Amino acid sequence: MAALTLRIFPYGALGGRRGLVLVERSLMVYRHTWIIIVSGFFEPLFYLLAVGVGIGKLVPSISFHGQVIDYTAFVAPAMLASSAMNGAIYDSTFNVFWKLKYAKIYEGILATPLGPGDVAVGEIVWSLGRGVIYSAAFLVVCAAMGLVHSFAALLALPFAVLEGLAFAACGMAATTFMRSWQDFEWVTLVLLPLFLFSATFYPLSTYPGALAHVVRWTPLYQAVDVQRALLLGGLHPGLLADCGYLAAMGLIGGAVAVRRLARLLLH
Amino acid sequence: MKAQDDATLISARGLVKKYGDFVAVDHIDFEVAAGQAFGFLGPNGAGKSSTMRMIGCVSPPSGGTLRILGLDPVRDGPRIRAQLGVVPQQDTLDLELTVRENLIVYGRYFGLPRSVLRSRADELLDFVQLADRANDKVEPLSGGMKRRLTIARALINEPRLLLLDEPTTGLDPQARHVVWDRLFRLKQQGVTLVLTTHYMDEAEQLCDELVVMDKGRIIARGSPWQLIERYSTRDVVELRFPLGENESVAPRIDGLAERIDVLPDRLLVYTHDGDACLAAVHARGLTPVASLVRRSTLEDVFLRLTGRSLID
Ligand SMILES: Nc1ncnc2c1ncn2[C@@H]1O[C@H](COP(=O)(O)OP(=O)(O)OP(=O)(O)O)[C@@H](O)[C@H]1O
Ligand SMILES: [Mg+2]
Repeated sequence: MAALTLRIFPYGALGGRRGLVLVERSLMVYRHTWIIIVSGFFEPLFYLLAVGVGIGKLVPSISFHGQVIDYTAFVAPAMLASSAMNGAIYDSTFNVFWKLKYAKIYEGILATPLGPGDVAVGEIVWSLGRGVIYSAAFLVVCAAMGLVHSFAALLALPFAVLEGLAFAACGMAATTFMRSWQDFEWVTLVLLPLFLFSATFYPLSTYPGALAHVVRWTPLYQAVDVQRALLLGGLHPGLLADCGYLAAMGLIGGAVAVRRLARLLLH
Repeated sequence: MKAQDDATLISARGLVKKYGDFVAVDHIDFEVAAGQAFGFLGPNGAGKSSTMRMIGCVSPPSGGTLRILGLDPVRDGPRIRAQLGVVPQQDTLDLELTVRENLIVYGRYFGLPRSVLRSRADELLDFVQLADRANDKVEPLSGGMKRRLTIARALINEPRLLLLDEPTTGLDPQARHVVWDRLFRLKQQGVTLVLTTHYMDEAEQLCDELVVMDKGRIIARGSPWQLIERYSTRDVVELRFPLGENESVAPRIDGLAERIDVLPDRLLVYTHDGDACLAAVHARGLTPVASLVRRSTLEDVFLRLTGRSLID
């Protein structure tokens, strides 16, 4: 059993924990360019203001799990979920590609005792950390604007870690298949519809039956579903399935990333 | 037996590296003893870097056995790499960090504490004469500075074994001499050096023992002077005749030398006594436009063994 687990999730064999020094490296790098990190926080905030507050003036309050709420309060948890996704994606895709293909940073690292598993763990942890930082900042804004209605919101940050893991791991796995910068159009092509259609700006019930089922199975929807319940109330057992979905994304994405890195770098 | 093992840092038997069907390293054997400076010479594509990457435990061998510090590179990669310093053919410096940060972060990859690394980084920057650039970004450094920084980085873990893949290619003469001097000092401190090079003077200066590789195989081995003795003569006389005459003059020198190479611009005459040979050439009534008597070098050996044409 242990051997099988190791075959499928080869973190231990190919390195793992020691990879946290890569997080140290990222901290050193961003000491020079912290402004890049700050700018990423504003995107979901601007959407919240433009769509939530702006369009919210035109939308009558909507009902959510039996309570009648403001449109802004409905959109806010979705923006919280998006901020974790975006934060996790920035570093795990573009930056990882640059380090892998052009800067050859990982080649230098693999000449030390660290292995591909360490590289994957280090980069995924840093990427998800960025998502969590954005989520934390956004949560503070939500609280200040009176958009948090439930004490369960205390779990919003731990959940952002899980969501960040899912997207960072899959982002990194996808990046190992990219051949050129053009391929990154696919990242945009996937992320934009996820952001727009994952029941972010209107409830799932808006979609006709079949389409609702499709949306129900997209990754960002899981996160939106959970964050909405945490911030607005209405916890239900289905949220555990959402969490399981994201955990599976994290494990599978991570395992693929480790294998691909080993293939690309240890030839 | 134990003493033998301790003294041999690297041993390769029938070592093979294949990329798909292509055989880049073809059943080579070699041993590197502790404290030695061991060199790989060979033309482009000979398989030097492929061999170095296998020793560096970043490229699994396709066949044969390889032991580094008594360990198996496939199973014990991390343990071996902890004791290696690696200067790859192409720099892999961290362009997002400063010169000093490059050393510190690299030491962190080895699990060394920051307190140790701070002082070690400063010592190493002095050692490679980059102390005044410590807080500069790496990107704008010159090629020679980057190379020196890569060497300093490879020393951050105080390795027993230093692997250098073309450490001085692309450097100006001053920078090369600085690097040679530093490598020589490391050797005196007991660090074992394994290097590849295209510069015969580099091999002659630094290496106790070398192997010449060609098309994945080892075609000659020995100390620099052994190789010269075996594959060349003591002296070489270089003769220049007016353009186009070299070819026709060659037969008239026949018998005066061990061997003659006819190049487009000159004749290389291999002999044990250059001055006597030159006198004999003049005695035959031949008057070269220019002549030079010199000692044989590794370059003569190398060209004899691997040919003069580009083989790519
Ligand atoms: N990753 C790879 N995939 C396929 N072929 C490779 C790979 N790496 C090297 N080769 C091939 O293996 C052969 C040996 O290459 P290697 O880099 O070891 O030569 P080298 O002696 O270091 O040459 P140079 O002096 O030019 O650096 C070359 O023909 C090269 O094209
Ligand atoms: Mg090479």
